Amino acid sequence: MKRSHYEDLRLFATVPFGLWLLVCVSILGLAPLVLGNYGLYLLGYMAINVMVAAGLNVLVGFTGQISLGHAGFFAIGAYGTVLISQAGAPILLALLAAGLVAAAFGFLLGLPALRLEGPYLAVITLGFGLAIENILARAPVFGGATGPSVPGFSVVMWPGLSAEQNLYYLIMVLMGLSLLALRNLMHTRVGRAFVALRDSDVAAACAGVNLTVFKTLAFALSAFLTGIAGGLFAFHLGQIDPTSFNLMLSILFLVMVVIGGSGSLLGPVLGAIVISWLNLKLKGLRLSDFERLPGFGTEIAAFLNRHFMETGMANIQFIVYGMILVLIMIFEPLGLYGLWLRSKRYWRSWPF
Amino acid sequence: MEQVTTLLQVLFSGLAAGSVYALLALAMVIIYRTTEVLNFAQGEMAMVSTYLALSFIAASQLPFVVVVLVTLVLAALLGAAAQFILLRRAKEPSVLGLIIITLGLEMILFGLASWKWGGEPRDLPVPVSPYDTWVLGGVIMSQLEVASIVIAAVTILILFLFLSRSRAGLAMRATQQNRDVARLMGIRVRRVEMGAWALAAAIGAIAGLLTGPATTVEPYMMWDPLMKGFAAAVLGGITSLAGAALGGAIIGIVENLFGYYVSTSFKSIVPFAVILLMLAIKPSGLLARHYVKKV
Repeated sequence: MKRSHYEDLRLFATVPFGLWLLVCVSILGLAPLVLGNYGLYLLGYMAINVMVAAGLNVLVGFTGQISLGHAGFFAIGAYGTVLISQAGAPILLALLAAGLVAAAFGFLLGLPALRLEGPYLAVITLGFGLAIENILARAPVFGGATGPSVPGFSVVMWPGLSAEQNLYYLIMVLMGLSLLALRNLMHTRVGRAFVALRDSDVAAACAGVNLTVFKTLAFALSAFLTGIAGGLFAFHLGQIDPTSFNLMLSILFLVMVVIGGSGSLLGPVLGAIVISWLNLKLKGLRLSDFERLPGFGTEIAAFLNRHFMETGMANIQFIVYGMILVLIMIFEPLGLYGLWLRSKRYWRSWPF
Repeated sequence: MEQVTTLLQVLFSGLAAGSVYALLALAMVIIYRTTEVLNFAQGEMAMVSTYLALSFIAASQLPFVVVVLVTLVLAALLGAAAQFILLRRAKEPSVLGLIIITLGLEMILFGLASWKWGGEPRDLPVPVSPYDTWVLGGVIMSQLEVASIVIAAVTILILFLFLSRSRAGLAMRATQQNRDVARLMGIRVRRVEMGAWALAAAIGAIAGLLTGPATTVEPYMMWDPLMKGFAAAVLGGITSLAGAALGGAIIGIVENLFGYYVSTSFKSIVPFAVILLMLAIKPSGLLARHYVKKV
């Protein structure tokens, strides 16, 4: 229970929370000593998705606007970073510039959002994502269907570390900074304005919240974070092509926010981690994995082999995400964060 | 004179493409008016239906008309099942929540189809050919294009007759106007909603069957038409059936004009631009009555 404004502003609500945070940070900081390159790749991938999910959550969770076009911002960030650093800019500058470009697009997309809500906004952001994908694939400036070549991650920020470790620390630091920034932002005037907008924009306007400023700001901020994450993603993957920024990616980002629990800071982080892990696991699914199932493993595998394409097995991930989305919406709209809240409440009042 | 012929040609092809968008838009408007859900799974439902038709053609020697009828029935069942199993279960759904559920359905269907049938494009063999053409006043019309326009027009006509003349159509319109009063009048509202989903799914399946031979059958096939269907629905003012049909035709024609006179590569930006323009000028759409938000 918070009793004063200053308690609300405190960075760590309780001592145990601060300790847990410290443990997490030190684990992530020391990970490169233990993990190989694949482990770092995995953690970096998760962290990038955490940034996107946190950024999308500013819109979906805090401001109550839907976006089905975040793959577009992600792509703008990725392409922007690559093209700017090809021109010779240092990577940090390129990231920042690409993030700002994405933010500018976010601002522009936020303008029609002023007059729209719910279904209309979903349609228009969907159209934005598809249009960006289409432009990137067709315009020769952007390298066409194969995408531009990504320059190697050359800037050594911490000498004595390998390129992978450098990139890992860069991603982690930026992720930490964005989460911290968002956490603080939500306790300021801006954050409260966002939440007021979500609950009722008419009431918020009556109370003096400037809808134009804050709606576009939410879009720009969300796009900025997503753009920076996209830039990191380009270097992390080492190659980009337009088809990877498709509609499914936009929905995947939305899944991360929804499964974790929109409207909280912790939720999208959890969601992004779970979905990234699932994504990597399910992509590599083979028929032999079904054979190893206990019980009727071979029968299941034979059935699947007869009725389904083995080459299409990676698409099982979409079925899983879709079911997660539907089940979460039907049974626990607050997502993993809601489960956490409920279990906390249960233990606090146990045995009643 | 030659320029006029070219223009007519472009307009005709646009109308043919637009007839598919109009059908998709109609399907979405039917669902939106009855249940206030914007159905993002409409395209994938149509895609799955098209694959089903393809499987029937491959597996049996049934005449094409029978295959189409069976496909439409199955599509309607799929739509009804989606409403019954997924949408109806949501507790106190918000607009965002319902959209997310249809997105979930979209992903499930997309995943299932690409797992079951693989990603490689296939051809849908139909009795009308996209290559055999008629020439009328200098305008070249392929059989498929003519068939699309005719089929879409007939479907729209039947739909209007159904909604205005039949008891079920009357019940649907009553539910659209006021759910609670309709319920008090003894209409089984939830059954009407399920019926709307079934109807919309069947109309979407027709759109899928018309898209299939024009392009190829693959899991992504409906993403682009779906976007244009949305654009058509928004253009017509998302609650108006006539507006959706008109919007579809306009989108198809504008897109083709843009493709011919400006650039083919960036054709798919047109629907996005049209929606933006429309919403900037007249957000309520072409044919819908003015909409005021009640607090």
